[in-house]
Amino acid sequence: MADEDDIILSELSDDELVLQMHDDLYDGLKDEIEEGVNILIERGWTPYDVLTKALVAGMTIVGADFRDGILFVPEVLLAANAMKGGMFILKPLLVETGAPRMGKMVIGTVKGDIHDIGKNLVGMMMEGAGFEVLDLGINNSVEKYLEAIEAEQPDILGMSALLTTTMPYMKVVIDTLKEKGMREEIIVLVGGAPLNEEFGKAIGADAYCRDAAVAVETAKSFVARKHNQLSA
Amino acid sequence: MTDALSTLLATRDWLMADGATGTNLFNMGLSSGEPPELWNVDQPDNIRALYRGAVESGSDIFLTNTFGGNASRLKLHGAQGRVHELNRIGAALGREIADAAGRTVVVAGSVGPTGEIMAPMGTLTHALAVEMFHEQAEGLKAGGADVLWVETISAPEEYRAAAEAAALAGMPWCGTMSFDTAGRTMMGATSADLAALVEKLPNPPIAFGANCGVGSSDLLRTVLGFFAQGTERPVIAKGNAGIPKYKDGAIHYDGTPELMADYAVLARDSGARIIGGCCGTMPVHLKAMREALETRPKGPRPSLDEISAKLGAFSSASDGTGDEGPARRERRRGR
Repeated sequence: MADEDDIILSELSDDELVLQMHDDLYDGLKDEIEEGVNILIERGWTPYDVLTKALVAGMTIVGADFRDGILFVPEVLLAANAMKGGMFILKPLLVETGAPRMGKMVIGTVKGDIHDIGKNLVGMMMEGAGFEVLDLGINNSVEKYLEAIEAEQPDILGMSALLTTTMPYMKVVIDTLKEKGMREEIIVLVGGAPLNEEFGKAIGADAYCRDAAVAVETAKSFVARKHNQLSA
Repeated sequence: MTDALSTLLATRDWLMADGATGTNLFNMGLSSGEPPELWNVDQPDNIRALYRGAVESGSDIFLTNTFGGNASRLKLHGAQGRVHELNRIGAALGREIADAAGRTVVVAGSVGPTGEIMAPMGTLTHALAVEMFHEQAEGLKAGGADVLWVETISAPEEYRAAAEAAALAGMPWCGTMSFDTAGRTMMGATSADLAALVEKLPNPPIAFGANCGVGSSDLLRTVLGFFAQGTERPVIAKGNAGIPKYKDGAIHYDGTPELMADYAVLARDSGARIIGGCCGTMPVHLKAMREALETRPKGPRPSLDEISAKLGAFSSASDGTGDEGPARRERRRGR
């Protein structure tokens, strides 16, 4: 489109550029996001401000429209891909500048389940919200989850299942965590198309998250609560 | 048109399909995370019992235990080399039960999604998807399936790939999508999108429709959405028996046989010609559905209000068709 070419990111003011980056995340424009991140850094923004004000805020809009049935998986995947491009630039800078960490999550789809679309979305949105995410991929046995938890000491364990044939396996994992005395240390979030809140409660998860946007909000509030408990 | 399904459709107003596969197999001891398709070889009597349960409950069509029988899914269990075998045997067991039924029963070779995201968003190319579906289709054909039954698809691209595979295998086919996200599929396809898509295919399906999703109200809204596009092709309604609940270490669906009977009648009155259940639908539900379909007179096409009054509320205000749905935000680039 003709007017698309009319926008020159480097000529925008900071405020306009940030709004434009929200739009470009919405449209999944990776090159433009990378350019925007570089411009803000050059203008002296801290990596943390670029992350939160440009990228996370933009992904929050995407997440809200995904939650409200306005955007769907293809659009969110494109947005997340654009976000990833920006994150690739920011990650080393965030580490260098000692930016605050939101928390760490280990996430994976349970044994027998190949469907990882939802899980990937959650992982990307969590990264988008500033969490460190270790993705175990699909088809995870209880042993694989435990191994990762012991090695990584995450704040959150995320499990996903898309099939009614695989969702009960989440309970196997949670029960094993209980047996090993590890359940109290970790926040367990579950998600997937056939699940619901009642199911999440019944198997002993901390929460069921309806979609990736809800997962981020839930993770934030649980981590905040956990930190409050520790300092109390 | 010599295939068994077309013949049945030509002689009957409605046909009843089957119910759940996974839910039934769990009740027979399948453990969570294990691939049901292996039972075609390891526990054939359980698979026979599954099929027989549908036939004895009055199903005119039942789906084979091959939903996850593509190379991409079986690879999880190191069984990607057994695609042909597991599908062939799954269909052959079905043939055996159908032929012993004493009436025409259609063996529908179930073909579920690959579970992968198609290019350009994901890594699965069209050619590779066609190849995987074709491999599965050949196994189902060799085992004696009457039709291919592509189900629970969310991406239009994957639906197209499965259609092409059916053509390569020289098989008649049916294809349903799962509309589980605010009335759309996970990939955003609406009922109107699917109705338009099937007519554009070089080898359109005998019947198309919706399966699984969330609850029977939503499923019927989708069915009405197909007819709003003026489709004249037979429509399939295969909804879940309510919503999954976790009780005593197992999944139970909260839809009662009475509810599923109401759903079946409303599906028929909505215009669906092939009516069945999906997750949670057990023989007891199917019996109630069959009885209701046979005994309750056909009524006028129900309104959305009548559907929600009888079956429960819709999961979202809009199903993405028409202009009533929420709009995307305005962006500066004017896209």
